[in-house]
Amino acid sequence: MRSAGHFVAPLEETPIAAIDDVKVAEKPSNLWIDAWRDARRRPIFWISGGLILLVLVVALFPWIFTQTPPNDQCFLSNSNGGPDSGHPLGYTKLGCDVYSRIINGTSTSLSVGLLVIVLTTVLGVFFGAFAGFYGGWVDATLSRLGDIFFSIPYILAAVVIMSVLSQYRSIWTISLAIGLFAWPSTARVLRAEILRVKQADYITASEALGVSKLKILFRHVLPNSIAPVIAITTISLAGAIVAEATLSFLGVGLGSDVMSWGNDINRAQSDLRTNPMTLIYPSAALSITVFSFILLGEVVRDALDPKARALR
Amino acid sequence: MTGYIFRRVLQAIPVFFGTTFLIYFMVFAMPGDPVLALFGDKTPSPAVIEQLRQQYHLDQPFIVQYFIYIGGIFRGDLGVSFSGQPVADILARTFPVTIRLAILALLFETVAGILVGLISGLRKGKLFDASALTISLILISLPIFVIAFVAQFVFGVQLGWARTTVGPGAPIQDLVLPALVLASISFAQIVRLTRSSVIETSGLDFVRTAYSKGLSRKRIIPVHILRNSLIPVITYLATDFGVLLVGATVTEGIFNVPGVGNTLYQAIIRGEGPTVVSFVTVMVLLYLVVNLVVDLLYGLLDPRIRFVK
Repeated sequence: MRSAGHFVAPLEETPIAAIDDVKVAEKPSNLWIDAWRDARRRPIFWISGGLILLVLVVALFPWIFTQTPPNDQCFLSNSNGGPDSGHPLGYTKLGCDVYSRIINGTSTSLSVGLLVIVLTTVLGVFFGAFAGFYGGWVDATLSRLGDIFFSIPYILAAVVIMSVLSQYRSIWTISLAIGLFAWPSTARVLRAEILRVKQADYITASEALGVSKLKILFRHVLPNSIAPVIAITTISLAGAIVAEATLSFLGVGLGSDVMSWGNDINRAQSDLRTNPMTLIYPSAALSITVFSFILLGEVVRDALDPKARALR
Repeated sequence: MTGYIFRRVLQAIPVFFGTTFLIYFMVFAMPGDPVLALFGDKTPSPAVIEQLRQQYHLDQPFIVQYFIYIGGIFRGDLGVSFSGQPVADILARTFPVTIRLAILALLFETVAGILVGLISGLRKGKLFDASALTISLILISLPIFVIAFVAQFVFGVQLGWARTTVGPGAPIQDLVLPALVLASISFAQIVRLTRSSVIETSGLDFVRTAYSKGLSRKRIIPVHILRNSLIPVITYLATDFGVLLVGATVTEGIFNVPGVGNTLYQAIIRGEGPTVVSFVTVMVLLYLVVNLVVDLLYGLLDPRIRFVK
């Protein structure tokens, strides 16, 4: 029979040297540093980051990439023409340079995407933060209001708004039309996270110290629950770009004078049999842009959520 | 269960009034003449304007107009389309086609999506998993009209396997290609959801217990792992219905499927505002009903849901 005595861990299992090794002077790690360490080790972070950087440069400085004006110098003699020197992707039905139209359409897509996420983040953070933090009737009212907006698919809502605003088609109105119905998903994500964070001990501690409610919300709760919002915002940006292209494709998006990939795809669809490339090239530009933002959204979400890392 | 159904239906009522009010508000409470605004740069004939004014009771105060309109919805009167046909009649004609397309698409995306997601989740980190993840990410990034055009061009024009537009009566064989296009994006989402759900479930105690009891993989995978992984997929299918509606609008338009979505698509393209509003309202109501039904089913499947306040 074995004698039951106290179990003492052998010294080599918990080497004292390891405890001595902890560098007290080193900056303590936090969520953001961990996230950056995780993200920078992944190739898809650098691939998507590089693609987005390229898209940004194209949107900001289109003249680096092409000197051909997208709308002028269109000659019907070039209609649906193939590539020739200086015009690598050929011509549209109206004889405009396809390559130049794609380059000059980049800033439209990106502007709409950015405007929409500004709107959805402002509305989503406002609704989500107050609903989650205050609870009770504030939560009930704000959440039901969010449910109503959430129950109308945002592209359908935007179709209605843009039909009514058909005389005022611009980047601003289309972003408003998309963003006005796209914010509830941001609000829901933030609300759920705030419900979790507000249980934490440091929140109770702040309350015990007599910090005002609003100050607790903005100084302690919001900064600690914003991580999932950042991940969903990156993906919403991609969604907004798709929404703009879809609306323009349906003919209720931007006016025909604005350079937009959706408009170009719309105009090229009748030539699918004869000149499919005028449709494929803007579609490819659109898809690659959306792809890079969705890829970045994935990396950001994985990096900020330790639970998601386990799924890889 | 009765209490759960009662609570859930009660919750749906304010959402019903809220959504219909929002749509109505967006159209008819804008500054200026709503009838003229709905026609954009076109000028409708005075007779049409007069007819629309009567149809929407624009001489009444806004809130009265709204309740007259809601009363109409309850009586099954969904308004009249631009060409003078009652919307309810158009729906009766086009709805069966859309249902057929939607069922076909749902079949493709759930069967293929769950299967690929399951294999992916069980072989986490292997080649199959990596390629399934990459392909699903690419599919998610492709806007539905891009997928539709590429499919139309490759399978319809170049390979000649399918007809590029759907023939009269919308026979099933013509609907296969549009249904595959419609299913593609949700397929990718279902793959990802099933995969992460399977990985999570595989690590749970009851699965380990099942293995330690000596059960075969043939029994553990479908009975223990798959069945318990499907709940998030079912919830997703309900929220995904909105994506399906928008997708159906674009897909039916491109493939010329004579369904509800195509009617909306044609109305949008021709700038027939009043028809657009009627059909968007119909779709939103459909979306509400589907979500309600799925929520009720969900309560049936997962007893925990019923008891949460």
